[in-house]
Formats: sequence, structure tokens, C-alpha cells
Amino acid sequence: MAFSTNGAVLRPEIEYLLPPLPELAAEAPLSWFERLRQHAAVRKTAILLVLALLWEAAARYTDNDLLLPGAWQTAQAFAQGLVDGELPSRALQSLAVLLKGYVAGIVLAFALTTLAVSTRVGRDVLSTLTAMFNPLPAIALLPLALLWFGLGEGSLVFVLIHSVLWALALNIYSGFLAVPETLRMAGRNYGLKGPRYVLGILVPAALPAIVAGLRIGWAFAWRTLIAAELVFGASSGKGGLGWYIFQNRNELYTDRVFAGLVAVVIIGLAVENLAFNTLERITVRRWGMQR
Amino acid sequence: MPAPHPLLQVRDLTLEYKTPQRRVRATHEVSFDVYGGDRYILLGASGCGKSTLLKAIAGFVAPTAGQVLLDGRAVAGPGPDRIVVFQEFDQLPPWKTVLHNVAFPLVAARKLGRAEARERALHYLDKVGLSAFADVYPHMLSGGMKQRVAIARALAMQPRVLLMDEPFAALDALTRRKMQEELQALWDEARFTLLFVTHSIEEALVLGNRILLLSPHPGRVRAELDAHTFDLRSQGSAAFQAATRRIHDLLFDVPAHRQPQRAAA
Repeated sequence: MAFSTNGAVLRPEIEYLLPPLPELAAEAPLSWFERLRQHAAVRKTAILLVLALLWEAAARYTDNDLLLPGAWQTAQAFAQGLVDGELPSRALQSLAVLLKGYVAGIVLAFALTTLAVSTRVGRDVLSTLTAMFNPLPAIALLPLALLWFGLGEGSLVFVLIHSVLWALALNIYSGFLAVPETLRMAGRNYGLKGPRYVLGILVPAALPAIVAGLRIGWAFAWRTLIAAELVFGASSGKGGLGWYIFQNRNELYTDRVFAGLVAVVIIGLAVENLAFNTLERITVRRWGMQR
Repeated sequence: MPAPHPLLQVRDLTLEYKTPQRRVRATHEVSFDVYGGDRYILLGASGCGKSTLLKAIAGFVAPTAGQVLLDGRAVAGPGPDRIVVFQEFDQLPPWKTVLHNVAFPLVAARKLGRAEARERALHYLDKVGLSAFADVYPHMLSGGMKQRVAIARALAMQPRVLLMDEPFAALDALTRRKMQEELQALWDEARFTLLFVTHSIEEALVLGNRILLLSPHPGRVRAELDAHTFDLRSQGSAAFQAATRRIHDLLFDVPAHRQPQRAAA
């Protein structure tokens, strides 16, 4: 073996000619079980089934229809509610009020944050107001709202706006602040200013935070609405889901109380999975801004 | 023949920025002229204010004193006549496909209608070799490809001056070399006016025809040199080595008489 002056092993130099590779082995398809497991809906349904089984087992063990009706009994009450049209009409009632408050809250949140990114006073207003009102439970404002707006929709919309506005505004604002400086400069470089700049650059760039805010706002609003209906739904003529639950508890139809709760949960799940997940899939995930 | 008029004039430009504690002077009374078709390089170590200088020319930073004149008119803010290619890869809006990234500023600046903007965007994407990626979102591209999109976007706007802020600094060495070749080829074809910030002496010599050397803290003009005799093939030649050494010594202020000592050390 030869050695160079500094002790390294000397070897001949080699160059290889690289012929083009023939067709690589064809891809193998996954088995049906592996493909099935890739669907989130399938996995989540399995989780729900397991939970329902546990619930049914607990109910059979307790054996008291007044305290804990089983999953099957609840399903029957739910089906009954669907058939006689009471549950859907109550749910629609709730959703109509909810949407009014939710949309108004979103509009106000965008107005506040646009003001906050463009002026220093706006920023101070937003941070002071959110610090004051965000920790305040919407239900705590309900007595005041009833005094101001009377029994009925006005009061509900007021507390709904309160529950959506601050959380959403905080999220939108922090999303605006997190937009990279380079992207801002690129936008201004195009000559964009004012509302065109906010809509063309800031809003899409902050969309992951905005969608997160919309989700939180939706959950807060839904929660607040059901709670508010439970508190004063009893004295208004036609109530939503919260009133349905309250009424049936008074009459000790515990299975219908559970059916009402299930309806609340199902609507929550549906909006979460259909509306928000779809929105995320066609925007921020497609753009690679969020996994 | 009358002397040509400079396209971009920087007159006694003093730039400052404020931190919560103090006021920092980034550049002090910097003056230079850029003529049409120049590949003008701002070269200096970090802290010489070369990026701040470029941002002032782009209109993002207001001068403390002095002024920037484009075609004899003072620059008042950012505008589509001075398009910047940044170093960072996040300069491309992630919610737009490659094609829309190039076409959008043309529409936003109200230069062209949608159809013509699309046409021109496709033309410049072809120039940077990315036609096949027109409908892809930026997050699926490599760093070098993102910079190509940014360059296509800037060229499509056909700005008076193309400003580049260390556009290849975040790329690996092989990709950087390739991008330098491509930029050279694009310039050979379109002869745009380029103002290019770099901290690499080799990149400055290879790409530029004129180099402004800036000394740091605060940035002041140390020298203005010619580099039109060098191109990508002259790297390694004796003249190239000598020019590199000269710029190095100017930047680090090695006195001429100490050079032999330094070489021996």
C-alpha cells in the first residue's frame, strides 16, 4: 500500500458513467384496512362508538332512568324529537339567533382590529377593551342586557356579540402582528395602501390566526347561547335548544334532556368538522401555512 | 457626445433608526450615482448600513438628511417603479400560486389588466425556467426556486431600478453560483438597471460593473471601483485575485505598507 507524504493512503481516482435507470418498481397499493385507517372520519366514528358503549354500560349499571338514561334510550328520544319536528325547529331557532350575534361580532372584531393596526389610538383602545371585557363571562352581562333590551332576541344577540368579539379581535390582532416584515414590505412595494393592503396582504397572511379565532368565537357563542336560554328561556314564549333542555328537566323527561344535549353536541361537531375544517383545508393548509 | 444623465442619484444620504434606548446612525452622508443599465453593487461588512440604504432607496425608510432622486424626482415612499427582491424566502405570498405571485403586483399596481398580466407573468416565468411550476404554491418550491419567482416577479414589473438585497445569501453555494449565472444571462438579454447589495467580494466582482465599498459604523463610502472587466469565468485569474485582495484591504483598512507582513504571517 502506498502512502503520501502526510501519511494518507493513496488510491486511484475513479469516474463512473451513469446509465439512465430503467423503470423503477411500480408502486404497491395499500391494503383496504390501511386506506380506511387514513380517514379521520372513520377513526373519530370509532371513538364515538366506544364512548356510546361505555355510556350504555354505565347506564345499565346504575339502572335509574331519571338520573342516567342510556345511550339507546337517548337515541330513541332523539329520534322521536326528530320525527315530531320539535328538535329541528328548536335547533333552527337557536342557530338563527346565534348567526346574528356571531356575524355582528365578526364585523365588529374586523373593524376594531383594522383600526388597531392603522392607528396607535386604535391599538390602545383594542388592548384596553379586550383586557377589560375578555375575562367577563357573557352570562354575567345577561341581567343588564335584559334590563336594556328586554326579554327576547335583542338581549341574546348582545351577549353573543360580547362573547365573540373580544376573543376574535385578540386572535385577529395577534395574527396581523405576526405577518412577516418582508411580506409587508413586498405588499407596500406593489403600491398597496389602506384597505387594499389590509385585504390583499394582512388578512390572508393572518388567516391561520383568524380561523383559530373564528373557531373559538363559535364555541364561545354556542356555549353562551345555550346557557342564556337556560337562564331566561323559561319566560319567553318560543325558545331554542336551551329552553327545550330546561323544559324537559322540569318535567323530569331526563332522556329528552339528554337528547337536547346530544343535539347541541352534534351541531358543534358538525360545524367544527364541516365548516371550519373545510375552510382550513381549502385555504391555509393548501397554501402550506398550516399543517 | 453629452454626458448621460444618472437614473438614480443618492445625495448625502444620512439614515438613522431608533431603538428604545438610542438613536443609531446607519449611514452617514452617502452619495453615488447609478446610470441606466448599470449593475451597481453595494458592498460592505455587516453593520455598514447597505441594506438600510437599499430600503431607503426603495422608500421603506425615510432619510434623516439628504435625498434619493429617481429620474430627478425625490423618492417619497415605496412604489412599483423600484421593485425589491429580498433575501428572505417569505417574500412570496403563500396564498398565491407561482403564476399569481408574478401576475398579482402587475394588477395591484394597475399596470395591466388580468389577461395581459397573466401573459406577461408566463413570459417571465419561462425566462427563469419555472413555466412547469406556474400552478404550484410557493411552499412546494425549493429556496432557489422561490428566489427565481421573486426575480421573475420583479422583472415582470419592468421597474426603473431592480433592487436586490442579498438575494442569494440564504442559498447553498452551488445554487448560488447557478443563480448568479442566470442573473447574468437575464441581464445580458434585458439590460435592466440593477442595484445589488452583497457582503461577498467575489459576488460583487463577478456580477457588478461598478462597486460601492462602504465602511461600517456608520456606513460611509470608502471607495467606488470598476468591475466591468470581470465575469463568472474570471474567478481564479491573477487580476481577479488582485482585485479581491484590494477590496479586502480597503474594507478592513489594512494600510498598504503592512501588506507584505500580513501575507507572511
